[in-house]
Amino acid sequence: MIPATFDYVRARSLDDALARLAASAGSAKAIAGGQSILPLMKLRLARPEMLVDIGRLAELRGVRRLGDGRVSIGALTTYDEMMADELIQLYGLLRDALPNIGDVQVRNRGTIGGSIAHADPASDMPAILLALDAEIVARSARGERAIPATSFFEGAFVTALEPDELITEIRLPGGGEDIRSAYLAIEQPASGYSIAGVAACIGARSGDRWGFCSVGITGVGEHPYRASAVEAAVTGGASFEDAAGHACDGVAVASDIHADREYRAHVATVIVRRALEAAAARLE
Amino acid sequence: MTADMLGQRVKRVEDQRLITGRGRYVDDIKLQSMAHVAILRSPYAHANIRSIDTSLARAMPGVLDVMVGADVPYNPLPMAWPAGGSAGLQNNVNTPRALATDSVKWTGEGVAAVTAETAEQAQDALEAIVIDWEPLPTVVDAEKATQPGAPQLHENAPNNEVFTWTVGDRDGTDAAIRDAEVVVRQRIVNQRLIPNPMETRGDIGLYNPGTDEYTIWMSSQTPHIQRLLLAAFVMGVPEHKIRCISPDVGGAFGTKIFTYADYPIVLLASKRIGGRPVKWIEGRRENYQATIHGRDHITYLEIAGKRDGEITGLKVKTYANLGGRLSTIGPGIPTTLYARVLSGCYRIPNVFAEVTGVYTNTVFVDAYRGAGRPEATYVIERAMDLFADEIGMDHAAIRRKNFIPPDQFPYENPSGLGTASGGAKIFIDSGNYEPALNKALVASGYLDAEAARAEARKRGKYLGFGLSSYIEVCGVAPSKWIGAVGEGWGAAMWESANIRVHLTGKVVVTMGTQPQGQGHETTYAQVVGHELGLPMEDIVVQHSDTQGTPFGYGSYGSRTSSVGMTAAIKAAAKIREKARRYAAHMLEASPDDIEVDGATYSVKGSPDKKKTLQEIAFALDLAFDAPEGMEPYLDETAYHDTPNCTWPFGTHVAVVEIDEATGAVDLVKYVAVDDVGNKINPMIVDGQLHGGIAQGVGQALWEGAVYGDDGQLLSGSMLDYALPRASWFPPLELDETVTPSPVNPIGVKGVGEAGAIASTAAVANAVNDALRPLGIRHVDMPLTPQTVWKAIQAAKGGPA
Repeated sequence: MIPATFDYVRARSLDDALARLAASAGSAKAIAGGQSILPLMKLRLARPEMLVDIGRLAELRGVRRLGDGRVSIGALTTYDEMMADELIQLYGLLRDALPNIGDVQVRNRGTIGGSIAHADPASDMPAILLALDAEIVARSARGERAIPATSFFEGAFVTALEPDELITEIRLPGGGEDIRSAYLAIEQPASGYSIAGVAACIGARSGDRWGFCSVGITGVGEHPYRASAVEAAVTGGASFEDAAGHACDGVAVASDIHADREYRAHVATVIVRRALEAAAARLE
Repeated sequence: MTADMLGQRVKRVEDQRLITGRGRYVDDIKLQSMAHVAILRSPYAHANIRSIDTSLARAMPGVLDVMVGADVPYNPLPMAWPAGGSAGLQNNVNTPRALATDSVKWTGEGVAAVTAETAEQAQDALEAIVIDWEPLPTVVDAEKATQPGAPQLHENAPNNEVFTWTVGDRDGTDAAIRDAEVVVRQRIVNQRLIPNPMETRGDIGLYNPGTDEYTIWMSSQTPHIQRLLLAAFVMGVPEHKIRCISPDVGGAFGTKIFTYADYPIVLLASKRIGGRPVKWIEGRRENYQATIHGRDHITYLEIAGKRDGEITGLKVKTYANLGGRLSTIGPGIPTTLYARVLSGCYRIPNVFAEVTGVYTNTVFVDAYRGAGRPEATYVIERAMDLFADEIGMDHAAIRRKNFIPPDQFPYENPSGLGTASGGAKIFIDSGNYEPALNKALVASGYLDAEAARAEARKRGKYLGFGLSSYIEVCGVAPSKWIGAVGEGWGAAMWESANIRVHLTGKVVVTMGTQPQGQGHETTYAQVVGHELGLPMEDIVVQHSDTQGTPFGYGSYGSRTSSVGMTAAIKAAAKIREKARRYAAHMLEASPDDIEVDGATYSVKGSPDKKKTLQEIAFALDLAFDAPEGMEPYLDETAYHDTPNCTWPFGTHVAVVEIDEATGAVDLVKYVAVDDVGNKINPMIVDGQLHGGIAQGVGQALWEGAVYGDDGQLLSGSMLDYALPRASWFPPLELDETVTPSPVNPIGVKGVGEAGAIASTAAVANAVNDALRPLGIRHVDMPLTPQTVWKAIQAAKGGPA
């Protein structure tokens, strides 16, 4: 459990960090809380030549309301800080998910930016950002761009980020008065990662029809995804149970020693149904 | 008058240091000019080594030395507990060498060792060692390994058999099964576990060229035994030239009883670089690959009896996976410690067991908390439920009907405890099983089980109650039994203690047992304080170093309180006797007229004429006025060979709810009624039970070491091997009955393993009970959501 040799530098500013990443031509990796990169390095599965420590860049930390009503979460905000933040309490699915991410040490050190840049195919936060239609703001020495969560997660541990880009913030929609959300997961007991984790938002009900539904699923496919077939079924008037049956439509369902394809695909439908029910119950 | 702390909930004196970061574990020890070793481990589960090229590694920065198997002049590691008996002479023993020479038998077997200035440099250099491998076919399943055509691991072990060993009455048992009204048969798997002590293993080796002596710091349960085995069997170095120090040990669960390849490696590494100290610390993944695993049985059971629930026969065939080479006492676990206690707390007239020990391409299997007895308890407790279900009998009623009655003790059990070879027999000396069962039934709500089931069904849950009535063999063991010729672990198993009362009246206790977190510094002080009438604060308990402690066999098998502390009680009695004689001299009285009350020695009839133990120690240490023939100083050593093991028992009841849709199991209630005899420190007993129960539940619900068919350990880290977490448990409800053990003066039995022995079967039985309404008879562990869901689907005739 000793990593290969690497250089370490603490970034003095965001610009400093971006310059160093650009200069390294892909051989440097950013480190914040270290909860994803360090275990990989200890197993020598990752061997960056240099770590650029962005952990003390205060400008990337904290939660605030933007002028347009959206909520911005700085990339270096820890899970623990999010749990304590008032604005975060507006999001039922974050209230559900945050206390169950990792353990106390992971929540004290781990950051939202680090989690989504790492893009573990079973981590909770990507499903939540997908369901919320969040925007991920990335910056490089070349400039800044906003990436929709729906086009951010490209594969297992693969994202739309370029090697010289850093996530600076995550922007969440302000949330409608008539929309509620929930997050539920069945976890692999060793790692705590999801066998199936489901973020569901639902609302805008008129009569017996749901005007809005969004569902993000993690742990099931090669990367977290929006279950658009479930969403269409719900807004099309299907029961939650019937809609949930579409949880894995078009998805290559993963298999490992904890859950094979058959079980994972089945349990995804159960968790989707329960997450929809839990979100809907919050409207009552 | 000093308060007698024996039996009190005294806070552990070692915790001040252990929980404030002031413990001293192997990795905390940093010696002048210390170098570091890293061990290259095989990436293949089965392969021949064609050649090893270490030239690049030798040229790496900081590298001092590289060793391969051919560089090690030592013998293979010893195997000290052959199955013996009916298995006959075992001439097919294959144990690891310090480093493999020609071939490897599991992923993780050591093949080369680098010594470097830093641990990082040693690790880096491993990557520069080039090995030409010839991969061979692999087999990881013990039953499959014995089948024709299976890959063969060792030329001297056809069909990969280490031994086939039997115990009990084959003909009688076959007849009982043939004539029985009801016979139930079931294949059950007791899956492989990874023990996971919080501290992995690690050593520091130091060779002193000036004295030709070796010192090794090790995280061991048995420093004295390691010195003996390294000297006599591995290194060919005289025993008095080796010193073993096992400082604070951060948990062990059996894994640290044994002789490991890294012991000779670090000692030789130190010698080869001129006597600089050399440290090796095991990583967690390395621990998973190179330190022993536990359990791993495949068992075919047959249980026979009458329609009224009377069990008349039990026949068991078990394939015990022992790994690619044998660990120190691997064969002893599934034989003596398993098959001989298969009948548990029941009076079953005919019992027969056949155990086949098997080589496979997996890391070796040896004693893990409970060691054989959890496996036996799982077999008999599943069997009792299966039989009860077959005849439609209540699970509590069938246990009650077959318990060994209290008037039958001492009881010679038919599964062979009383038939050990060499003429030595042991008996279950005491027990009264029904009161513990009754208490557990009441506390768990078992009497209202049907109402609870119905209520749970309304919530979409299946609820089940699981009973586990157990006995265990603790306080191991009488030397003439455990060491019986031809069967036994080839050594004695007595224990030792030394007590010195210094001039200031302060007391130093040393002993041959070795704590790993159990709180011996507290409990020995409670016992010795009670015996000598001294406050605990005046007593220090020292251990861990073969230099400065009397020889002893170490701590495992729940033996320290019964065997080790009896030695301390005997040593205290010698101290008292000498103090009494000297008090008589000081008080000018006859020794027969001295009365001892706590630490006060007074003349019978003249209570004012008295001396305290401190006053006596002071005078006897100065020895200005010692009478003719009396040696100065209060310093006494005693050895104790126990006349019998101890026999804790009890009943645990688990209540689970199963989510039909996901298969997830929720442990909603857990009641444990244990009879561990008298208690030295009830708080420590509770802690042992909590930990043991959690470990056993871990096996039932979450834990499992998984090897791929190619011998790769798929559950190779804590990301894939699920250890129990506190938040997954309901409050554990503990209760007791107290039947003091007649074996030792304080009536204790030992409690280190009880929780783990009982709880696996309790929870597994509860899950199977919950699934019973679906027509499900038996589901193997670990009872993960996927496993349970698939069993439900199969029962419903859906996709399997």
